[in-house]
Amino acid sequence: MLKKIEIKKSLAKTLRAFGQFLPVVSGVLLLLAMIDAAVPKSFYSQFFSGDKLIDSIVGAALGSVFAGSPVASYVLGGGFLAQGVSLIAVAAFILAWVTVGIVQLPAESMMLGKKFALARNTVSFLMSIIIAILTVLIL
Amino acid sequence: MIAAKTILAKLSDKWMFLALAAAVYLSVLIFNAGLVDVAILRFAQLCIKIMPAFVLVFILMFVCNIFLDSPKIMRFLGKESGAKGWWLSIVAGVLSSGPIYMWYPMLADLKEKGMKDRFIAAFLYSRAVKIPLLPVMIYYFGLPFAVVINLCVIIFSPINGWLVEKITKSR
Repeated sequence: MLKKIEIKKSLAKTLRAFGQFLPVVSGVLLLLAMIDAAVPKSFYSQFFSGDKLIDSIVGAALGSVFAGSPVASYVLGGGFLAQGVSLIAVAAFILAWVTVGIVQLPAESMMLGKKFALARNTVSFLMSIIIAILTVLIL
Repeated sequence: MIAAKTILAKLSDKWMFLALAAAVYLSVLIFNAGLVDVAILRFAQLCIKIMPAFVLVFILMFVCNIFLDSPKIMRFLGKESGAKGWWLSIVAGVLSSGPIYMWYPMLADLKEKGMKDRFIAAFLYSRAVKIPLLPVMIYYFGLPFAVVINLCVIIFSPINGWLVEKITKSR
């Protein structure tokens, strides 16, 4: 049987952790909202050149910088495909969108450590390109 | 000047980050007040959107704080957990919902109790698999693409975790 004091202690600990997290998440949300408001969706497609390898790097870079619901990345990716952007670039874009976060990097550094955040985002960025190439090769 | 320095020194990095974001809004306000209005509206929409994930993470953290102590975390997600740790972190990542930053406090808490970096990285990477959004992915890119890319993400999640830990462990 759980003691009342244990529950109270756990609740206090959770509230304390969330209290520390609140300014960070508020900052991330404010920056994401500003980027979302300032950058029109049509802005992204101008960066693709037609070269599959370079476009996959560009796709991963764009996916890393911009964030939001993954559905938005699917819709944008579908639009890119319709405009003739390669599937490799689109796959790298939608993968980096969910796994790499430049805007969230300060928050990740503060909560999980600077070295961890930098390593994880770098590895995930490279991996989004590798998986994109692999996916298209398998298909 | 000294007073300003003292205030800055007292502010933690977390509050400094929020102050920086607010400073961006104030700077934009000078040149384009309309853009700030739209951004504030988007901010409010985002807050409403992440609320369910916020509540879910709070409940999970609360439950973890009650039932999971350091020895248990070490057993399931620590150095000696082996394949069990990989499976747990990847399945949890695939099933988790909400934006990535909502999970940072819980992961920070688990890390403090002994969760290894490799499992945190694998958890965060496997979040790229979004089961509820699979129909949308299939609609835009086709079934074969959705199957292959999601399988690749699952297979590469432990590699991601292993690489990240190699880097964080290196001097």
